[in-house]
This record gives sequence, structure tokens and C-alpha cells, in this order.
Amino acid sequence: MTGARIRVLVGKPGLDGHDRGAKVVAASLRDAGMEVVYTGLHRTPEQLVDAAEQEDVDVIGLSILSGSHMELLPQVRERLQAKGLDHILLIAGGIIPEDDAEELQAKGYAQVFGPGSSTADIVAFIQNTLNHQS
Amino acid sequence: MAPSLRSDETCTSLEAGLRAGEIGALARAISWAENQHADVMPLLNAFQSQVGRAWRTGVTGPPGAGKSTLVDALVRSWYASGKKPALLAVDPSSPLTGGALLGDRVRLDRSVEETDVYVRSMANRGSLGGLSRVAGMAADFCDAAGYDEIILETVGVGQAEVDIASASDVTVVILTPASGDGVQAMKAGLMEIGDVFVVNKADLDGADRLKHEIETMLELRASQENLPEVLTCSALQGVGMDEVVQAIERRRQTEEASGLLKTRREQRAMDRVQRLVRDDLRQRVWSEVGMAETARTLLADGQHPDCVAQDLIRQVFHALKTQGDFS
Repeated sequence: MTGARIRVLVGKPGLDGHDRGAKVVAASLRDAGMEVVYTGLHRTPEQLVDAAEQEDVDVIGLSILSGSHMELLPQVRERLQAKGLDHILLIAGGIIPEDDAEELQAKGYAQVFGPGSSTADIVAFIQNTLNHQS
Repeated sequence: MAPSLRSDETCTSLEAGLRAGEIGALARAISWAENQHADVMPLLNAFQSQVGRAWRTGVTGPPGAGKSTLVDALVRSWYASGKKPALLAVDPSSPLTGGALLGDRVRLDRSVEETDVYVRSMANRGSLGGLSRVAGMAADFCDAAGYDEIILETVGVGQAEVDIASASDVTVVILTPASGDGVQAMKAGLMEIGDVFVVNKADLDGADRLKHEIETMLELRASQENLPEVLTCSALQGVGMDEVVQAIERRRQTEEASGLLKTRREQRAMDRVQRLVRDDLRQRVWSEVGMAETARTLLADGQHPDCVAQDLIRQVFHALKTQGDFS
């Protein structure tokens, strides 16, 4: 087991106690051979970006079901840019209406996975996007 | 806007970043080590004369013993006393897919995450000794970046995963009353490498009994010099944690005074040389020299596996002696 592995940070921004989805996604990414850093509940955008920098991840996947996605998710993107970490692939999932999803994609989120998304699609999206880049 | 580290990073830029204590540079250097980047050795060599300033503390024990909680307390205590701690937390990789779920950050106190403590979650990537193969290298880079308290947390271990002992200056073995019956069986391996023993979950029955069992075991040692201390604590309730930190620091003084620290660090260097040579040789012999093919042929001829192994070893050394290089 040598050579580069895809490293992903899976995080829960804000006051949202629902982590089943995040854990299911984290386990699926692990089973697809990725190294997944799970940061637990109730993290601020600052904590998430700082952790992503320390862990040198290739991808950040944020799960949010609290309704405050339009407040918190753009903050993560802004902080990543401010730190020069905009090479990190940014994706989100949770209860996010389509209009909001479009706006988030305009604001730097590569993809937004709403209810009903399959974990296979998330895995494939990450693998295809990173393979394309390298 | 800061420039992206990845687009233009070189050995020189990472070296400068490490000297400036930049977190991004440290993070990338550790990835270089993990991914066996072609320039990781020159980068490591650039800091050879400075490495060794930091203290390295190993924390190991069975799954669920309280390693992460103890580590959290150590980080907070050292940070509060003006030190600059870095934590390298190792979790297992799946032997089937190579993937890993690294969850040590979940247990870290929020206040720790907000400080400038460096935390890196590492997958062991198939290494069986409880650490990642490159944990020592990652610790060197933390040292180079100016971190002076480096904590190495192993995967949850059983009896034989003892790599931590050669990677750290002081090794803390953490157990719980539930490990009690196991201590008899654990006289070898894990129980031989502790410099400080901590019985956590002292709020449960049996903690004092386990402490006595460990002390009794230590009294049977041939040498009674520099015996490890045995402490009880309850990480959950925050009882006894300060005493653990103090015991670690007493142990450091003992090791420095007795010359044990110097011996350990020399041994650590030697262990690393041997391990890297072993791993590299193994990889090259199997991947480059075509040994697997030869082995299959000999086995298909009906030869005994042990004889095949001896035969291959003879072939490798013969090639070395005649060609000077078998790559």
C-alpha cells in the first residue's frame, strides 16, 4: 500500500446534530480506498478549514441539514481562498434546495448532493474529478 | 491571497516553509513522506542537524483504553505551559481496500482545535507495528517546523505492536480495569515497553488491583533500575491527569540523567536505518528482480517453500556479489 491516496475531510458545520449521513458517506469513501478524516459535530468554518490545511486533504465534503447552508458553506469557501487552499475540491450534501445548490455551485462548490443521492455517485464524482485534474 | 502551495512547491519552497513554521508546508512535507515523493530524502536531510530538539511522547494501549482522551489532556497541559505541541494520531488502514476512517479529531477538545496545535491523522497503510511506517519522518518534520512536544498516538494495540517504543523518548502505556485479566498474558510485548503505565477509568472497580498487578510484575524484572511509574486516573472526570503529565516529565529527567535518553535516540536511529533497508529491499526484490516469478516456478517444480526461500536468498546475494547492483 504505497503511493498517493485520496484524502478527504468529512465535516459537519454549525449547530446540526444529524451525523448519520456524514458517517455513511465517510464509510463509503473509506471502502472506496480513500483516507477519510472525520471531524465530528458542531465545527465552525474556521475549524474545518484549519483542519483541512493541517491534514493536507484533497477534498472537503460538508454535510448540513440545519438549513443554514447559505450562511455557513460560502464562509468555508471564502476562508479556503484566503488561505490559498482553493485547489481543494469542495462538495456538499444534505437538505439543500435546488436553487440554493445552484448558487453554491456558482460560489465554488463543485457539486451538491441532495436527498436521494447514492454513495456510489459521490465516490465516482470524486474519483473522476481528481483523476481529470492529475 | 496566499499562493497555493501545490502549484509551485519544490524541495526548496517546502524547506523555507518549514523553517518559517508554516502549517501548510508541514502538512505537505508529511504527505511527501506518506506518498514516497522523490524529493523527500533531500528535504529530510536539510534538517538533519536541527532534528532532536523536540520531545517525543508515545501513547499506546488497547482500543478504547482512553488514548485520545489522554492525548487531549497532554496537548492542553503542554500548550498551557507555553509549549508548542504537535499530535500525530495513527488509525488503521483497511487491509482490503487501503481506505481508512481517521476519527481522532472527533475526541479532541474544541479549545485545542482553536489553538495553533498541529494535528495530523495518519493511516498506518499496512504497517503492523501500531504506527505508520513514516511516523518517525513525520515527527522529524514537526520538529523541523518548530514544534517542541510531539505526541505519537498508536492504533489500538494488542500485545505485539511495539514500534512506538523505538519512535519515542517516553512511552506511555494506557490500560483500563477491563484489561486486568489480559495483563497476565501481556507480560511480553506491550507490558515491556512502558516507561509510564496509566490505569485509566479509575472510576470503575478494579483499577487499584490492576495497578498492584503491574507493580508486582515490574518488581520481578531482572534490573530494578529506572522502574516505570504506575498511576491511576480518570480521564473522563479529569482526575489524575496532571499527575500523568508530571510522571512523564520526571521520567524524562531520569532518562537524561542516566544516559538512557542518549542510548534510546541512538537506538532509534539504528532501528530506522534497519527498518527502511528491510522495507526497501523487500519491495525491490519482489517488484524489480522478478523473484515472484522464480518462486512460482520452483514451487511448481514441487520444491518445499522453505527451500525455495533459501534458494532465492542465495540468488539475491550471488547477484549482489557478482554485479554489485541487482537493480
